[in-house]
Amino acid sequence: MANDHIDLTVEPGEIHALLGENGAGKSTLMNMLYGLITPDEGEIVIGRPDAADPDGELVDTVHRFQSPGDALDAGLGMVHQHFMLVPVFTVAENVILGRETSKGRTGLLDRDSARAAVREVSERYGLWVDPDALVEELPVGVQQRVEIIKALISDCELLILDEPTAVLTPQEINELLDIMRQLRDDGKSIVFISHKLKEVKAIADRITVIRRGKVVGETSPTASESELAAMMVGRDVRLTVEKEPASPDTPVLEISDLTVADDRGTHAVDGLSLTVRSGEIVGVAGVQGNGQTELAEAIMALAPTIGGTIRIAGDDMAHAKTHEIIEAGVGYIPEDRSLDGLVRDFTIAENLILNRYNRPPYARRGVLNAAEIQRRAADNIETFDVRTQSADHTAASLSGGNQQKVIVAREFSRPLKLLIAAQPTRGVDVGAMEFIHSRIVAERDSGAGVLVISSELDEVLALADRVAVMYDGKIIAEVSPDTPRDEIGLLMAGSTGDDEEAAGD
Amino acid sequence: MTTIDVAESAESTALHGFWTRSRKVGTVLAVLGIAVFLIGLTMTAGAEASVRFNLTLPEAAAAFPAKPVVLTLGAVAVLLGALLLTGRVHLPFGLTVGVAVAAVVLALLIWAIARPGNTLQIDTVLKGTMLLALPLIFGSLSGVLCERSGIINVGIEGQFLAGAFTGALAGTVTGSPWVGILAATVAGALVTFVLAALAIRYVVDQVVLGVVLNLLVLGLTGFLFDRIMKDNESATNLAMRVPEWQIPILSDIPAIGPALFGQNVFVYLALVLVALVYVMLFHTRWGLRTRAVGEHPVAADTVGIKVNSLRFRNVLIAGLVSGLGGAFLTIGEALPFSENMTDGKGFIALAVLIVGRWNPIGGLLGALLFGFAMQIEQFLSSVPGGSPVPSEFLAMLPYLVTIVAVAGLIGRVRAPAADGKPYTKA
Repeated sequence: MANDHIDLTVEPGEIHALLGENGAGKSTLMNMLYGLITPDEGEIVIGRPDAADPDGELVDTVHRFQSPGDALDAGLGMVHQHFMLVPVFTVAENVILGRETSKGRTGLLDRDSARAAVREVSERYGLWVDPDALVEELPVGVQQRVEIIKALISDCELLILDEPTAVLTPQEINELLDIMRQLRDDGKSIVFISHKLKEVKAIADRITVIRRGKVVGETSPTASESELAAMMVGRDVRLTVEKEPASPDTPVLEISDLTVADDRGTHAVDGLSLTVRSGEIVGVAGVQGNGQTELAEAIMALAPTIGGTIRIAGDDMAHAKTHEIIEAGVGYIPEDRSLDGLVRDFTIAENLILNRYNRPPYARRGVLNAAEIQRRAADNIETFDVRTQSADHTAASLSGGNQQKVIVAREFSRPLKLLIAAQPTRGVDVGAMEFIHSRIVAERDSGAGVLVISSELDEVLALADRVAVMYDGKIIAEVSPDTPRDEIGLLMAGSTGDDEEAAGD
Repeated sequence: MTTIDVAESAESTALHGFWTRSRKVGTVLAVLGIAVFLIGLTMTAGAEASVRFNLTLPEAAAAFPAKPVVLTLGAVAVLLGALLLTGRVHLPFGLTVGVAVAAVVLALLIWAIARPGNTLQIDTVLKGTMLLALPLIFGSLSGVLCERSGIINVGIEGQFLAGAFTGALAGTVTGSPWVGILAATVAGALVTFVLAALAIRYVVDQVVLGVVLNLLVLGLTGFLFDRIMKDNESATNLAMRVPEWQIPILSDIPAIGPALFGQNVFVYLALVLVALVYVMLFHTRWGLRTRAVGEHPVAADTVGIKVNSLRFRNVLIAGLVSGLGGAFLTIGEALPFSENMTDGKGFIALAVLIVGRWNPIGGLLGALLFGFAMQIEQFLSSVPGGSPVPSEFLAMLPYLVTIVAVAGLIGRVRAPAADGKPYTKA
């Protein structure tokens, strides 16, 4: 049961945070509110101002949404976690989809008024975006902005934001929080779904915590982060990563002047140089879409490089094949686990040997050794605490956090010289995050060099011994993790020390 | 236009190494040009090729000295291929390829007919091209309507057959070809109703479903033909005919006049439908929603668009259009119905759909390309004195064109993202 008798009340003009781990049922609840899923039991009551008497008492109506159209009509707007944008449409087309207007009696689409409407909303709330840009060509952060514009443009009374900050920079998050406050002051109600404690504390008027489909409590933003985390997970969790000071040794990854082109032919990584030594964690901070993905893929030889050298443990690996890099002792946690990390329709046991399926003891003369594979799977599931009924279930049947643990188990159960961890805890709940972080630190302590690439600044700062800030395909600064967040945030937005004052006003 | 002018300027050497698309195509064109040139060298010097542009104006004819013309055309193809290959001069890709291919085709045609007494009648060839392309235009339009909204329509062949059969039957029984045409569209829609109901409501695999529907309609029309038509042709299965409408002035344009403006109602219907579907698809609310449903149905649903009912409606409309294509095969061609008379045209229409990039205008151009290839095959195999090319090769021509078109001219094709994926709520 994804949702079990949940009661939630949102007052007019309040920001109500819905806090819960991944898989706790937050999104299910919101999809019911939005008519994407029809509830088995219970009712949704919406109070709206009476049309005849706008300033009087709110009129309550009971709803049972059969489709999102019903929810839209009732004044609900939603910004989805997985973007609900048609990639081949322009921004304006996406925004007017479902509420198109026509030019006169011709029946032709009125694209001009759509553009104007987009411009108006983006100016009013400072969400700048080109109405004629194709959505698929926009960076993820800008796509998010389009989603918000789409919701704002429909004059909704209650705005539901489902994990909206995941792809934003600290500055953009602050801007978003400002927008939310502005909307609240306009009298709109906002449901803010998140598992990020800092943001929830910063913005919410009230907080409802749900766990395993049930409301476990309602609290105010004055509650401490560890109290919130404990409510969310159901036990005490450590929020900081405990680690000894690093003792860097010989370089295991030396990148110099690396250039990588993306699908569109522009230089996503542009003359980048970076060194990772054994026994240290280097964190790459940066807003998504600044070449981090391409950097990780280039190191793993998954993306063709145009120029530059990559040396792994002293050997030139710029032209090596991916399997040669894996054999050189490089572990890789890919950014998109369901696309690159796992074969979703394979069993957990099969997924656990993907990087060694073709060699003893898992295969002899081309025949897989089922007994050995099962032994390995049972062992990994135990050590890495993968929550599943059986190693023979498909990877797709696992929750996000457990899928990630399968990848971590596969990559970490052989000696590594270098670990590339791209977004290692994206979409992973607090409990699993704690576990994965501690394994990464353990890997460092056993002498591997670690490159952590994450768009979560908190994660980079917590894990890294050294922070490299990536912007526009280059490392524009290397700083210590004790550097104030604001300063790093500015670097992430591309301003180096010299023009800091210009960026400040 | 959408089909050919894919400049793809972003396609940098850095991304693809030396063999960019224009280099590959350039090489092919240069090789073809050299082949044409060599063929030209083997020709006897005195041969002439006469080309006639208009049936009604016998004086609008010209006789070319075949050898130098073939050699020149071959050289043009080599030159354009070489320019693309070197990449020094920036040429519009689509236009260059078009001109070079046209040069090669024309040269081969002249070579094939260059014997005394043979005449290449341009207007007849073009008119035939249009007629052969017609079912493909209807078929690909039907495919556009279905697949843009996310339903794969492999059953165009079956809808053609149903339309052809019903058109002949209803037309003969009532004595009116117009009733026949109407009945044919309804028959096509009935077939797509089954497709829509099973694919959308019962989530059956759409490709399998389409194949099964083709077989079903083939069997059904064959059975009914045996039982109803065979013994009583005069009352049930006559060759109906719709009048040809000559559009004044326009139909007298040399070469293209008769092909575009001196035809029966099906040609005009097809051209109007292409324009109509194009405008509707890209410039109206219905079109925006249809494309949204075919690309990202969940997104469409979240803004209140009823995904499955829109898909259902579009698939029914598509059936009307492919039924019309079926009616053309009997009523439009003035033929009685015969078993399996569609002969794979529904499948070629699917190829046209892809060559035309799921775009009505692309489909029109693709259909004309196929029609032309088929027309050339028919024309050459009937040249007096026999064609220098074995007839087996000529029969391959339309399919060869498919491969070349898909591989060379079109480049990367992308189907609607949700094509063939049923939409069910979680």
